[in-house]
Amino acid sequence: MTSAGWIRTAVVVAFVGVVELLCRTGLIPNTVLIPPSEMARELVSILEGGEMTGDIAATFRNAVLATVIAVAIGFAVGIVIQAMPALRRSVEPLLASYYSVPTFIFYPVFIVLFGVGDRAIIAIAVLLAVVAMITATLNGIDRIPPVLKKTARIYRMSRVRTALLVELPAAAPYLFTGVKLSVAYAFIGVIASEFILSGSGLGYEIAYAYNNFENRKMYALMLLVLLSVALINSVLDVIDNRLQSRLRR
Amino acid sequence: MTVDPSMTQISAPAPADVHVSLRKVVRTFVLPSGLPLHALGPIDLDIGRGEFFAVVGPSGCGKSTLIDVLSGLSPPTGGDVLFEGKPVHGVPDGVGVVFQEDASFPWLNVRDNVAFGLRRAGVDGAEVKRRVDYAVGFVGLNDFSAAYPAQLSGGMRQRVCIARTLVLQPRLILLDEPFGALDQQTRLLMGDELLRLWRETSATVLLITHALDEAAMLSDCIGVMSSRPGRFIDFVRTGWARDRDNRVVSTPHFGEITARLWDKLRTESMKIMGVQSPSSPGPR
Amino acid sequence: MRQHLATLLVFAALIAAWQLLYLIAGDVALASPVATVRRMVEMLQTRSFWDNARETGYAFLCALALALAGGIGLGVALGLRRLAAVVAEPILITLYSIPKVTLYPLVLLTFGLGISAKVAFGVMHGLIPIAIFAMNAIRQMKPVYLRSSRVLRLTSLQTATSIVLPAILPELLSGVRIGFSLTLLGVLIGEMFASRHGLGFLITNAMGLGDMATIMAVALFLTAFALVANGMFSSLNRMTHR
Repeated sequence: MTSAGWIRTAVVVAFVGVVELLCRTGLIPNTVLIPPSEMARELVSILEGGEMTGDIAATFRNAVLATVIAVAIGFAVGIVIQAMPALRRSVEPLLASYYSVPTFIFYPVFIVLFGVGDRAIIAIAVLLAVVAMITATLNGIDRIPPVLKKTARIYRMSRVRTALLVELPAAAPYLFTGVKLSVAYAFIGVIASEFILSGSGLGYEIAYAYNNFENRKMYALMLLVLLSVALINSVLDVIDNRLQSRLRR
Repeated sequence: MTVDPSMTQISAPAPADVHVSLRKVVRTFVLPSGLPLHALGPIDLDIGRGEFFAVVGPSGCGKSTLIDVLSGLSPPTGGDVLFEGKPVHGVPDGVGVVFQEDASFPWLNVRDNVAFGLRRAGVDGAEVKRRVDYAVGFVGLNDFSAAYPAQLSGGMRQRVCIARTLVLQPRLILLDEPFGALDQQTRLLMGDELLRLWRETSATVLLITHALDEAAMLSDCIGVMSSRPGRFIDFVRTGWARDRDNRVVSTPHFGEITARLWDKLRTESMKIMGVQSPSSPGPR
Repeated sequence: MRQHLATLLVFAALIAAWQLLYLIAGDVALASPVATVRRMVEMLQTRSFWDNARETGYAFLCALALALAGGIGLGVALGLRRLAAVVAEPILITLYSIPKVTLYPLVLLTFGLGISAKVAFGVMHGLIPIAIFAMNAIRQMKPVYLRSSRVLRLTSLQTATSIVLPAILPELLSGVRIGFSLTLLGVLIGEMFASRHGLGFLITNAMGLGDMATIMAVALFLTAFALVANGMFSSLNRMTHR
């Protein structure tokens, strides 16, 4: 681990330690927050108990599916928009304003289209994530140095080969930023949907625990979400760094 | 590894009126891995007041570090830097620096860029206007005084930076490869501008350049630096008159100077490129 | 001319898609474009709508002020020290990736119901992106500017106000633009959970009553507001462009 990594770990550990202390001494009342060690203990027992496994699996599966779909659609749409400047200028203000509107109000639409259940949740998550991918795709294609495309033309490469062998690798770091954002938004979308409007999944379980004053369970599950997100982000960061270092000139 | 006897420390010519002085100056960096990087030195150098001194050397030899140390931007790890007889701590009054990269502020037009330092120093409005008018006229940007850097060419932007330095009436002007990003023709013209600036301000000038012809054409004395860690391995006096211009390039003496510079530098440069230097000098 | 035609076409396509979706999904899921516009026009003439809008607006401005101050302050402080920035960035991004929904119980327990919770939600959504943008804006700044400021012997305050601030302004503005949208979203979501006032509450209320027309009318209003704000930011962007 780099020295930055060590410092980061130290900062996080110190922060958790402080929170633990504040909770144990009662400066933060137990009704608001329970000590992190208690959260961890409860989480372990929940995982061992196995009653949550179905919900956890459902949430992750939905998030992954939503990511894949959002990345695919976002990338395709991004390419199309980039190729048509007039379309792009019209659409760009909409893209920029997109995240101001709470998109999950469209949940009922998806229930009617897909029925109650996983598909509607995935649809909302895709809706949330896709614009991030579109924007990242636009950005990535913009940034391909024109000289690379000229080189491909000198080599008389076909359009498809140029796209696959020159444009895609050149845009890859920026596209990957889009993937990272899509993962984040897909996760947020799935859990938020489950929280508000569903009968299964991690989000639902957290909401249920909250409504029934089961603080321990609620915090344990929140901790699980936090740890999962941290883990996924670390993995994505490692891949990102590999991509960046190989492609940065 | 054999030591080349010609690499022994050569002392610089000692001018009568010393303006800038470096005594056994060494600069060492600590790399992220923890290992030390000996970048520069030991350097012993005296530059006379009003002298035009150039430094040439292979890439990475520490020339820019020399500017950092001389200007007070970073302290030497060892040795002393004296400006006007006093030790340098931080950037002293009366020192101007023109950097290699374009340092013009893109959010200000030419006039405001040039006036920037004066305004921050609290100089009053009328004086600011007078000096800015002069400096902008001096570098030939009168027609562009309301333009923004983005609308100017690279050479013009460097002229803005020069004007910004000139307007503060520095007694020592340090230039770190200021014309590096420009094409050859522009470089030659800018060289003449630099000479004009030097004569007008009577400042002491230190110019870092990798172009031997530029150094030979412009300066009174040229210090040749070795590869890293940079030390001076030769000093070449040109002997040009003070009112010189770029026509000196057609004199035979110019050819002798550049030949001597390259003779010293070739070995050092080849070391950088990873090529073994031939044991006998001269063409193969 | 061609540009306007394209914009018109895009709008027409969106409305057509909307109408189509309505025909497929029906009244229980959507309101038709016509019904939505009609409801919005009605709504804009009622006193209660504007009372709610004012509520939201007030909470939004508070949240935005806090998110800007906190975000820019944090971002600049981190950006100035390279090590701090490298250490902090993954932490900030991870914190931001946590579905904020799962933290809502914590916020509600801390702030109770009411305007502070709403403002807290707003700040939660907007602060970190603004901080990240501010931090990167500083890191992107050409090092030669700071060296110039030292050669010119400027004080720290002069360096900060006359060099750093103008240099980072475009990038900072991008962050503020995004933070603006996200803070608004946060406040709305906060209202949906934790309030009996505001536009977010109107949405939740209408959801409970199955009143799709109202939901979509409010959404349309918000979209229009976001587009206007976005337009202002675009103009601002063009003005600072050099």
